[in-house]
Amino acid sequence: MDDLTFDLNQTPLRQVNQFLHDNLQQYAGQPVRIFHPNGAHNIAVGVNAPIEIDIFGHTGYYTAGMNQLANITIHGNAGPGVAENMMSGRVHVKGFASVSAGASAHGGLLIIDGDASLRCGISLKGADIVVGGNVGSFSAFMAQAGRMVICGNTGDALGDSLYEAVIYVRGTIKSLGADAQVEPMADQDYEAVNELLTKADFTFDPNEFQRIASAKQLYHWNADANQEY
Amino acid sequence: MNDSLHRLFFLEESAGYNRHILNYIQNAAAHGLYEIRGLGAKRRLPHFDDLVFLGASLSRYPLEGYREKCVTKTTLGTRYASKPIELEMPITIAGMSFGSLSANVKEALGRAATQVGTSTTTGDGGMTPEERRSSKTLIYQCLPSRYGFNPDDVRRADAIEIVIGQGAKPGGGGMLLGQKVNPRVAAMRTLPEGVDQRSACRHPDWTGPDDLTIKIQELRELTDWQKPIYVKIGASRPFNDVKLAVHAGADVVVVDGMQGGTAATQSVFIEHVGIPTLAAVRQAVDALEDMNMKGKVQLIVSGGIRTGADVAKALAIGADAVSIGQAILMSLGCNSDTYIQNGAHHSAVDDYHALGTAPGYCHHCHTGKCPVGVTTQDEQLEKRLEPDVGARRVKNYLQTLNMELTTIARACGKQNVHHLEREDLVALTIEAAAMARVPLAGTNWIPGYTTAIHL
Ligand code: SF4
Repeated sequence: MDDLTFDLNQTPLRQVNQFLHDNLQQYAGQPVRIFHPNGAHNIAVGVNAPIEIDIFGHTGYYTAGMNQLANITIHGNAGPGVAENMMSGRVHVKGFASVSAGASAHGGLLIIDGDASLRCGISLKGADIVVGGNVGSFSAFMAQAGRMVICGNTGDALGDSLYEAVIYVRGTIKSLGADAQVEPMADQDYEAVNELLTKADFTFDPNEFQRIASAKQLYHWNADANQEY
Repeated sequence: MNDSLHRLFFLEESAGYNRHILNYIQNAAAHGLYEIRGLGAKRRLPHFDDLVFLGASLSRYPLEGYREKCVTKTTLGTRYASKPIELEMPITIAGMSFGSLSANVKEALGRAATQVGTSTTTGDGGMTPEERRSSKTLIYQCLPSRYGFNPDDVRRADAIEIVIGQGAKPGGGGMLLGQKVNPRVAAMRTLPEGVDQRSACRHPDWTGPDDLTIKIQELRELTDWQKPIYVKIGASRPFNDVKLAVHAGADVVVVDGMQGGTAATQSVFIEHVGIPTLAAVRQAVDALEDMNMKGKVQLIVSGGIRTGADVAKALAIGADAVSIGQAILMSLGCNSDTYIQNGAHHSAVDDYHALGTAPGYCHHCHTGKCPVGVTTQDEQLEKRLEPDVGARRVKNYLQTLNMELTTIARACGKQNVHHLEREDLVALTIEAAAMARVPLAGTNWIPGYTTAIHL
């Protein structure tokens, strides 16, 4: 196939994903373009090749789920679980993202230009997430590793039950979750924020961000924590 | 009888506040902690033991034990997957995590499963290379925690099991205490070494059965529709949950009853949440029959399966296969007073005592100090279970179960174990009769049903 353009009005999603799984190594460097997603679920799931994929329109659940190596851009809004369990590569949502963006992602970079809904970065396992707008409640719940940069405001219970993941927030934090605390920014934090903002092409000043990390009170069984377990 | 002896003789403990419950209250008062422990429910629950088979006599014709063969082949995942799972027996090994179990044990399970032609299953810690190498058929679990979930491993697996819950703790998360989080476990779970692993009780990226439909499609897309998708639920409302899992597109539903084991959870969960396996099987089968999906979506039953008779009874009620976790650990030597190392038996009794327990009473998997090397990450303790020895024991155990299963099937006149049916069973207790919905032995009475059944 020479033309790497797919129209989901014409081609079934199964056929597109099969192509993305089977043939990409030989097309590395050539962009794949997907038109008319019309909110379809599971577009570009399980891609494992260093290739550019552009999706023009709004997508449904799990776009770019479990991505490895690919650079996937959604020119629209993304549904729930965008880039869930991503291992590497880059996923860029030009619009807004629904719930559970980047859930349990192990590696790679997720950029969301607009707002992300509830539970952004839930169970994060090592990926980086940059959100240009606000995030909803319970974002970074039980996040174990990785970094989140939130340029807007957050909902309730940010960073509940965090482990080693670190969150940087520019706007207001509605409330912190159990065991999360605001900490002073160190040089490496400014560098990390700067690095991630640059990768995401945002021009905010790293000095405007504050760092949220685990207070580590739940790292070892704590009888007095009661409801926090 | 003197006076004090007389008084002792008539001492009576309160049924509501016996020594067990007194101990619980006094511990809670002293420490402000609930108990976390491993294994499954300890109290007596209605179980498969409460059913018996009606062997063939005049009205049915038995098969000869020594000549007439009985088919045990089992196929799972025939609904959508292009590569269903083909097994030599309807008995599989349940998901148990590397982290909870040692790497030696995981390897032993893979080898044993391969030798007897069945499958084994990963667990919370993800897939270890040893496990993949040693297992011909390996089921990969997608758990709420997603610690080690890796698309490369999914592609290497033979089927995917989406775990919604476990019979030991439907609705509950888990707690792997820090003493088991050694460097390898920590790396696989992206955690600092020695830190308690609290695990989530629900999947991070979906919230209900409609989302599950799309999640299943995502996993199918990932694997190009080749691998069967199992959905595992902890038994609480199996009739509804099985229906929802089938509706969501599961190829296989796994129902885990409350006798199912766990590596570590709150004791109150193990003893008080969920329903017994016996009750769960019948409700699960009802759901499949109600949807006209019996045989199209396969049912695996787990939670306290111990003997070939348990397997046969689960199949007779309508399961397609069973899955065993806890009893597999016992076949490896869990709760045994000795372990075998370098060909010799050694006593583990002192180590049980050091844990405050004894062989036959142990439920201390969560401590990481398993006296027989099964549930540990301690380098020295792990050596107490050599993969060769473990594999042989598990293989022997599975073969025994399969022989017992075929023995019963032939006695009931079946040349295929999957032909066992509810008509082959009666119950010994009213509870079991009501739950399994088979007649009380010697009667045609099924509690809750008024219609007379003529056997
Ligand atoms: S013997 Fe080992 S596996 Fe068995 S209950 Fe005790 S700690 Fe757990």
